[in-house]
Amino acid sequence: MCGVRNAGDMVLRVQLLKGLKIDAAKEYVAEKLGVSVLDLSDCSVMTELRAKLGIGVMQPLDGMPTNVEAKIRMEKILGFPINSVTRFKERAGLE
Amino acid sequence: MKKYMTRMGDGYRVELSEEEIWEDIKAGMEDAVSRGGVPELSGEEQQKLFDIITMPGTVVGVEFGKEVVMTSDSGAGKVGHLAGIQIDRIIGAQIHERVCANDSVDLGHIDYTYKAVKAVMHDEAADMQHTVNNTVMPILYGAMTNLGQYTKPDGPCDNWAELLPQGKIKEALAAQEEAVEHAVKDIVYIGDGMYECGADGMNFDTCGASGDADFLAALKAVSILREKHPDMGVEMGMAGEFVLGMHGGLTFDGKRLAGMYPHEQVKVCEAAGATIFGAVVNTNTNESLPWNLARVCTFLKACTDAATIPVHANVGMGVCAIPMTDFPAIDAVSRIDKALVEVAKVDGF
Repeated sequence: MCGVRNAGDMVLRVQLLKGLKIDAAKEYVAEKLGVSVLDLSDCSVMTELRAKLGIGVMQPLDGMPTNVEAKIRMEKILGFPINSVTRFKERAGLE
Repeated sequence: MKKYMTRMGDGYRVELSEEEIWEDIKAGMEDAVSRGGVPELSGEEQQKLFDIITMPGTVVGVEFGKEVVMTSDSGAGKVGHLAGIQIDRIIGAQIHERVCANDSVDLGHIDYTYKAVKAVMHDEAADMQHTVNNTVMPILYGAMTNLGQYTKPDGPCDNWAELLPQGKIKEALAAQEEAVEHAVKDIVYIGDGMYECGADGMNFDTCGASGDADFLAALKAVSILREKHPDMGVEMGMAGEFVLGMHGGLTFDGKRLAGMYPHEQVKVCEAAGATIFGAVVNTNTNESLPWNLARVCTFLKACTDAATIPVHANVGMGVCAIPMTDFPAIDAVSRIDKALVEVAKVDGF
């Protein structure tokens, strides 16, 4: 699904964490993002949406959230904890 | 008579007529049915396979909306140690994310064995921490159980591959059982360390490579890690289509492991706590792509029907109909991938 170019990274997160098959994982992510399942694999839609939500893009411009910053935002949207974010916050003394 | 260009299992081109392609589809499917005791593909599914194999064009793709996700095995290291480009795995992971647009990647030590990683766990975990802090996509830690590494002179256990030909059956069984316990301890130690540094999950690669005891070690380790870390992602990928009975009497969740095919392997992986199952069907280099692909789709359709968790088909060279060559041709790979998604209903690669 082309990772951060589309929504493949988020669909895979749902598979990994919740053990959902591909159609159910896509529906979960589409609902959280407020888009259609078809939009998840459309880079025209997803690049704009990801930039707007600050959840990581292929070519981040200056000032855009990247890496763990983007995942902190993503965690809130997807509605489940991302382990690397939890650990980052612990180490940074944010929780 | 019109001929269609396709491939043999070793990757070389071959031209087959419509009749020859149909003969190979039927024969490959029947081989899976007789070995695995799984249902045949329907007439519609067989026709879909034929259509995919004979589609014009070098590259074919799935229908809109049927795109799937990908995991990897030792993915982050491949830019560096396979392509010989002088970068480390952390940069490799970033390239996979923001140049190759992968859905995920796994970090793995070059030895790719839990036993080898144990001695350098703190360095591996530090690399994991830096990687997850500098990427967006899921990062797994991958390694193989490689139970043979626990035999003398490299490990503490007697070598069952030497004991069995000597007729020392009891000793061979005991050695495997002892090795399982050592491996479980190592795998859990590494799983704990990686998870504490922020890994999204573990990739248990080539489960069952040394037979049923090797598979049991992975299952037991996953079971313990699932209990300790309920939110840890766990992918279990197999070594082959059939679990070899090097021991023969080992069970998990009340099921005998030796002799299991993918539709049975996935059920014990689910019971252990895996969230993704990596299915393998071996490629026969002496048979054609239609033969291999029909055989794979028959096995994997039964597997995805039985599974409640997502199934990622292992599509490296020499597995799941991909030709046994380091650089498989894209005409073959794209047709195989399309068929695995649209006929075998896999959830990823």
